[in-house]
Amino acid sequence: MSLAATTPHFKDNVHEALTDARLQRALPHARNFIATRAAAAARLPEFEALRDSARAIKDHTLAHLDLYLETYERKVTQSGGHVHWARDTGEALAVILDLCKARGAKSVAKGKSMVSEEIGLNAALEGAGIAAVETDLGEYIIQLRGEAPSHIIAPAIHVTRDDVEADFRRFHRELPADRDLTQPEQLLAEARAILRDKFLSADIGLTGANFLIAETGTSIIVTNEGNGDLAQTLPKVHVVLASLDKLVPTLNDAAQLLRVLARSATGQDLSVYTTLSTGPRRPGDPDGPEEYHVVLLDNGRSAMLGGQFADMLRCIRCGACMNHCPVYHAVGGHAYGWVYPGPMGAVLTPSLIGVEQGGQLPNASTFCGRCEAVCPMRIPLPNLMRHWREREFERHLTPAVVRGGIGFWAFFAKRPGLYRFATDLAMRALHLIGRSRGRFAWLPFAGGWTRYRDLAAPQGATFQARWRAKSGAVR
Amino acid sequence: MAESEAVKPPIRVGLFVTCLVDLLRPSVGFAAVKLLEDAGCKVIVPSQSCCGQPAFNSGDRPSTQAIARRTIDAFAGCDYVVAPSGSCAGMLAKHYPELFVDEPEMAIKATAFAAKCFELVSFLVDRLGVKRVSARYEGVAAYHDSCSGLRELGVRDQPRTLLAGVEGLRMVELAESDVCCGFGGTFAVKYGELSDAIVTRKSAKIDASGADTLIAGDLGCLLNMAGKMQREGRAVKARHVAEVLAGMGDDPAIGEPDAGAAS
Repeated sequence: MSLAATTPHFKDNVHEALTDARLQRALPHARNFIATRAAAAARLPEFEALRDSARAIKDHTLAHLDLYLETYERKVTQSGGHVHWARDTGEALAVILDLCKARGAKSVAKGKSMVSEEIGLNAALEGAGIAAVETDLGEYIIQLRGEAPSHIIAPAIHVTRDDVEADFRRFHRELPADRDLTQPEQLLAEARAILRDKFLSADIGLTGANFLIAETGTSIIVTNEGNGDLAQTLPKVHVVLASLDKLVPTLNDAAQLLRVLARSATGQDLSVYTTLSTGPRRPGDPDGPEEYHVVLLDNGRSAMLGGQFADMLRCIRCGACMNHCPVYHAVGGHAYGWVYPGPMGAVLTPSLIGVEQGGQLPNASTFCGRCEAVCPMRIPLPNLMRHWREREFERHLTPAVVRGGIGFWAFFAKRPGLYRFATDLAMRALHLIGRSRGRFAWLPFAGGWTRYRDLAAPQGATFQARWRAKSGAVR
Repeated sequence: MAESEAVKPPIRVGLFVTCLVDLLRPSVGFAAVKLLEDAGCKVIVPSQSCCGQPAFNSGDRPSTQAIARRTIDAFAGCDYVVAPSGSCAGMLAKHYPELFVDEPEMAIKATAFAAKCFELVSFLVDRLGVKRVSARYEGVAAYHDSCSGLRELGVRDQPRTLLAGVEGLRMVELAESDVCCGFGGTFAVKYGELSDAIVTRKSAKIDASGADTLIAGDLGCLLNMAGKMQREGRAVKARHVAEVLAGMGDDPAIGEPDAGAAS
């Protein structure tokens, strides 16, 4: 039911992305977050200690998740809200569509939510004749373009300013042709004017959640545009759609996580808006929704608890891993083929849609480790990707040519004597062939390498052969 | 653990030469031997193959464990194990213990082994206190931080410190020096097009640095960057940091013809 994955065709996606000149012009934007994050971390002496405590908070929560989920549900109910448990995409969509239909909703104003992408909510709403209105500027832009987010916090990072102007002129029919839209602020003003009416006419406001607080039954969202606040306070019904890994025990815990979230994401000390919602409007409240619903989605996450990939459930969706990833920088988020791109997506995607579908992603990493170095939750992303490769190997899903190659090589690597003999012969031979140029532009069985770069020729006899000759084979 | 046991001079250092150096560029191994001997170490070279990373990163844990057991046994008589590579040293020092989480006895052995494993340049500087080497290299060089050395082992300032003392050598800043070159072992072949995109950017940054020489501490990364620059027709020479520090910078650079060979 959820978004169809093109992840199995990752290599084709990569080729397409690398040859898309427009995309390649937009992609450098993702690198801008590197300097801002570094500066934010440097401004806060306790940043590294905060990362440790953030990790401890989530580890503790996940170890007692059953307890905190029950507490959370009780608190939401006490505050007049409703919790709907959804085991999978189908159940989550059914709950939301039922809520919409029972209230005769024609329009849903949405705050940014990656979980709604995960369950393919917009398509399901449209299928039921209900308009889904994205109110985050980036989400709004890609909705106009009929695209999926390419980044978890900057969904339209693959789009240039020029693209946005062209899209607005195409879709906003009442926009005068001579209106100046050359400045980002002018584009923002145009989007704001269009979106304001949609907020006011929406029957239901749907947001995601950055954190769910067990002790108070509160949901927290952070935004830079305030769109989430309007989406959840103007309509009569507020629906929070969140996965169960968003739980934290207390407001104090959430405050600590907030201190690493924006710094890791954009380099802001805090996002512009941090909005807490606890239940529907109470008597005497000046505003707020009449109904407050939380759809709590599992979708495979509870199966990750206690297993090899449990660390991934600490993720707070800051995007730092993709902002620092050479693979993400090269191809952008769409090439990953499903909802979550970058290193976090490379670990999470096989967990959520199966390694048969998502197995390309944990393989497409150099293990450079930059993601782990910046992850505020200290998730060992390269190790987790390697665990996926082990699962594939155990289940014989590794491509035959790779498996065969590793097997051939390992046969020798396990037998140093034979290895030394065979490699010395081979290197001497290759040296003779390659010495006049010093390198090869092509070699049999090395096409994957020499298609793109030269390969240095060996210097001749191996080090071990030379060493043993020199030292009279002492060992 | 190793700290408390006094190591008696001369320190017996087992050179883990790494398979790429062993096969393709033995001169890096001899450079490492020279640097270690100059610093007062007794260097031994047990019979060895590879650290097991290709199997490890392809998900073949059983083969990796078999290779790791052999390696640990082969270096049993050494006070330290030193590799001219951050990637292979990282494998020995950080990942070997992870391989045996389900085998307590081996885990203890692997952990003790891991504690004596080091990357060459950081070993010279951090462990042996080497502050300066006597070497000469005529050129302007940029240094690339290979990922595993940088992020798993903290190799960053040590090579720069020693390179600063090489006569005739001027170091220039390399933008994005801490960004991966796109090698990633089997990644370079399995995802050749992606790897190419990453190394193409790296090559442009090296070119923009104005350096005539690229220096790094890992032969895998160097082969990747040198191969790309040569394919693009750039004249930058690529050399392993050990060769430059050992004063062996006159030898043909990576991918260059033998001295005296037709060209």
